[in-house]
Amino acid sequence: MRIERRAHRPLALVLLAPLIAIVAALAISGVLIAIAGAPVLEAFRLIVTGAFGTRLGFTETLTRATPLMLTGLAAAVAFRARVWNIGAEGQFYLGAIAVAAVCATVFSGWPPYLLIPAALMVGAIAGMIMLLVPLGMRLRFGIDEVVTSLLLNFVVVLFVSMMIEGPLKDPLAFGWPQSIPVGPDAMLPKLIDRTRLHIGLLIAVAIAVLVYFLQARSVFGMQSRAVGLNPTAAVFAGVPLAKTLIKVACLSGGLAGLAGAIEVMGVKGYVTTDLSPGYGYSGIIVAMLANLHPLGVIVAALFTATMFVGADSMGRALGIPSYIADVTVALSLLTMLVSIFFTQYRIRR
Amino acid sequence: MELLEIFASAGIWGAVLRIATPLIFGTLGALICERAGVLNLGIEGIMTFGAMIGWLTVYNGGDLWMGLVAAAAFGALFGLLHASMTVTLGLSQHVTGLGITLFASSLSYFIFRLVVPLASSPPTIEPFQPLVIPYLSDLPFLGDALFNQTAPTYLAIAIAAIAAYVLFRTPLGLAVRMTGENPHGAEAQGVNPIAVRFGAVMVGSALMGVGGAFLTLSAFNSFFPTMVQGRGWVCIALVVFASWRPGRALLGALLFALFDAYQLRLQAVLGKAVPYQLFLMVPYLLSIFALIVMARRARVPKALMQPYRRGER
Repeated sequence: MRIERRAHRPLALVLLAPLIAIVAALAISGVLIAIAGAPVLEAFRLIVTGAFGTRLGFTETLTRATPLMLTGLAAAVAFRARVWNIGAEGQFYLGAIAVAAVCATVFSGWPPYLLIPAALMVGAIAGMIMLLVPLGMRLRFGIDEVVTSLLLNFVVVLFVSMMIEGPLKDPLAFGWPQSIPVGPDAMLPKLIDRTRLHIGLLIAVAIAVLVYFLQARSVFGMQSRAVGLNPTAAVFAGVPLAKTLIKVACLSGGLAGLAGAIEVMGVKGYVTTDLSPGYGYSGIIVAMLANLHPLGVIVAALFTATMFVGADSMGRALGIPSYIADVTVALSLLTMLVSIFFTQYRIRR
Repeated sequence: MELLEIFASAGIWGAVLRIATPLIFGTLGALICERAGVLNLGIEGIMTFGAMIGWLTVYNGGDLWMGLVAAAAFGALFGLLHASMTVTLGLSQHVTGLGITLFASSLSYFIFRLVVPLASSPPTIEPFQPLVIPYLSDLPFLGDALFNQTAPTYLAIAIAAIAAYVLFRTPLGLAVRMTGENPHGAEAQGVNPIAVRFGAVMVGSALMGVGGAFLTLSAFNSFFPTMVQGRGWVCIALVVFASWRPGRALLGALLFALFDAYQLRLQAVLGKAVPYQLFLMVPYLLSIFALIVMARRARVPKALMQPYRRGER
């Protein structure tokens, strides 16, 4: 028995791969739910109704999907060029704290139509800087950016904690460590009244479409793909390697920073150190489930958000730890890797 | 000078060994995997799972050593998963490793929550006690500084010596290093690179599991989510710092722990003037710094992260 490369990748298989992966991940999680002593089918039913069954659940799922789309895109554009950006969590937080720092100070008194775009831009730039550091270390010293971007995540979260207990502490928060609020003028308009759903969702979807065209139709898209597929060949063909990688890092870090900015300005209005339940890390999973396709990211983010929101309410109803959502989502990354593999290879006797 | 007096207390040297122990296990584990050519970014998750399963074993009435064995066994199982995906299928070692970290850590939180419902203070176990070594432990200063540790700490140092011996003085170690440098050449010499990589990743992952279990069975006495706190990533950086040599890995972990122990005590001295978060950043910044210093000098195993398929170049 041996593994051999397929001559061509059947399109049906490529499209089915994520589905197969998710079904496999759900099946394994089903076993865990059964071991936990809960009825499996009922649990899955509760996940779906929890995520979509009510107005609150449905809008909550979309609200959760918003940052996941952006961090998912951040990972997708980076991974395509083989820039291993695992630092989206840190970029998210730096984007968030940057927004909190400028809204109530430098930008205070600006009208919303200026303030909101300016603040979003600041968040994105903060994220960019946060990824340019590890990329710079890769280009200058040859250090694997996986480890540095991971380590920097911890540094950024500590930095945020220092800020919200120090210079950016909200004096009116009864001693709770949270940042000064961005203020009502910086809050993104709601999509649906009396829910948490805000126009960040539309921004995220629009950006996904934009990134799709950028990758499919622009010189930059072609170059970033070439750099990812074979850097040596790309350089030989005249692609400026460092320049392309820096552009990719700006885009990827910027998207993750933007995710943080949008989360602050759309949902909470201030920064705490639990602003993100691992959106940066989940973004990696979203990107892989989407097979790094920008439009696929939208769907993958919805799936991931569904699991998180649905498992919360399922967990409460059946007394199962809601960590089952994290397990399922992480499993789906592993099963996706395997199922993508079998679109490229097959087993021969 | 108050800042230097810290080094004169026996306590800090004892703390160095204690802080270094999980790092020694983890770094050696990652080093063994990488020597065979496989980057194992599952380390953070495997350490978390080791911490959880070790604690759970003891909590359910198991022996402390059984806890360590359980952590090693489950570590090896995650290693088997990692090797199946990266060696047999040749999938991206980066992404697979991260996937295993996410899977292993969320699975440990799930299992832990299932067994121990949310409580204000997490339940505790009776952890390892310092091992009294006749005469040595009674030495003035040195006794408290070096010979007042729990058994797993001595085990970690012994394993560093064993790893160095096996890697550089035995045919098995030669096979591992050949596989990491040039798997095709190794195969031509009659070594099975696939088997070697599976073995190395499983043994390495078992050590990572033990490193995690040290946290719950000796350093603390309870388990809580996110307790590994990036130690796994620090270990990955330490492997580079150590130039893929077990002896230097031991030294690197001790040096790192010295800085960490020092900053902990410095916090007590300077805590009022300097935000504590700056001190907590030290380990991570130190790891990055170590990478910068060593990156150019380090000799990376040539076939690291390169999947091996028979008859394919």
